[in-house]
Amino acid sequence: MNGPAPEAIVIGASAGAFEALSSLLPGLAADYPLPILIVVHLPPYKSSLLTQLFRTRCAIQVREAEDKEPIKPGVAYFAPPDYHLLVEDDRRLSLSGDEPVLFSRPSIDVLFESAADAYRGGLIGLVLTGANSDGAQGLKAVVEAGGAAIVQSPDSAYATAMPEAALRACPEARILPLDEIALYLREVGAR
Amino acid sequence: MADRTEEIEIRLLLEALFQRYHFDFRGYAMASLKRRLKRARQHLGFATISAMQDQLLHDTAMLPKLVGYLTVQVSEMFRDPVYFRTIRERVVPHLRTYPSLKVWIAGCSSGEELYSFVILFREEGLEDRTLFYATDVNQDALTKAETGIYDLDRIKLFTENHRQSGGRSSLSDYYTAAYSRASFSKSLRQRVVFSDHSLVTDASFGEMHLISCRNVLIYFDRALQNRAVGLFKDSLARRAFLGIGAKESLRFTEHTGAFREFARDERIYQKWSGS
Repeated sequence: MNGPAPEAIVIGASAGAFEALSSLLPGLAADYPLPILIVVHLPPYKSSLLTQLFRTRCAIQVREAEDKEPIKPGVAYFAPPDYHLLVEDDRRLSLSGDEPVLFSRPSIDVLFESAADAYRGGLIGLVLTGANSDGAQGLKAVVEAGGAAIVQSPDSAYATAMPEAALRACPEARILPLDEIALYLREVGAR
Repeated sequence: MADRTEEIEIRLLLEALFQRYHFDFRGYAMASLKRRLKRARQHLGFATISAMQDQLLHDTAMLPKLVGYLTVQVSEMFRDPVYFRTIRERVVPHLRTYPSLKVWIAGCSSGEELYSFVILFREEGLEDRTLFYATDVNQDALTKAETGIYDLDRIKLFTENHRQSGGRSSLSDYYTAAYSRASFSKSLRQRVVFSDHSLVTDASFGEMHLISCRNVLIYFDRALQNRAVGLFKDSLARRAFLGIGAKESLRFTEHTGAFREFARDERIYQKWSGS
């Protein structure tokens, strides 16, 4: 791998997110050196369940993001339901109640674009399964800032629209099936 | 690699906004502000943020437009019904012990939260002894709040929220529907003072018994959050209450020691130290 050392990972997923994340997050060790920021589209009543479920299955810490919380390595932060999750330049999390983007709040684009501004080339953007086009513009912003882009291979995805849209916006992204993404994340953490 | 030109432009525009009009957005959390400014630039049809700044400096008509983009807030009546239910069931019994009450809705935007409080206080028999202060920096939003007219298609949600908050009356008692709009009764505004007030530059006021400021602090950076929460602390009577948004926290501010958690999940705090 070339380029600057990775400092953070952002993940966006929609339909089929739970299964996809289940093959990625539980495989990471408790001392994983990077923070992971995650936006999943889910109806509000299900989102907090997501945090609870992964908390019991993961070695890394799993939390719902809080406003102005300092971002720490080895923690997976989920965007809370009905709020956008953003990254400030001082590496803290911000929430916003601004209007939905592409009908989504939280929005993957909003997270990815602000994280790309903050981490520049030190960011890894990962778009997984989903049935809409959120994340495509965000992933493009990650690449434009010098970061790395990875898209779940559409044929391994539960819903193909989101990875396909991401690949259209970002043809240079690496295309990997889930098991190879899991491997990649562990390798990035071992660097 | 993209350069930082736009970020410089944004900082210059915020400086211009402050020096020319004394609107101070310099302490707003940058990530959201950046999005809002980019949106304003696109919608208003400027090629660059600098071009927008030029217009802002020379044409006062630009000011309300831009402030609108920077402070836009979408709320609901009785948003997060459990918050209002907790106010009703746990805070109101404390408030009943006072002969007169002051309530401050800080950052009231277009008034949804204000009307929720007035209705709740009327239902609980406290309205007559209460003065409500509704403040915002956005003059257009404040005018909307004073008018109390909302799209009829939002009323269904407001009604359901009100019911879940433990409402003792029917929301339809408080508005008249005409065409596609619901107009809330003038009587709800009898005990309300509307005022242009900035949490960034203005001072504290009153000996409040309850301050509700929801989903405003998330737009501030930490220094400004400290200022605003300090302002609330200084504006509250002893043992008075502060309610903030469901995902906001005093944990990362320097005033966390001045408050105790009164209802943790609902983010209602009670002033505990200081006078």
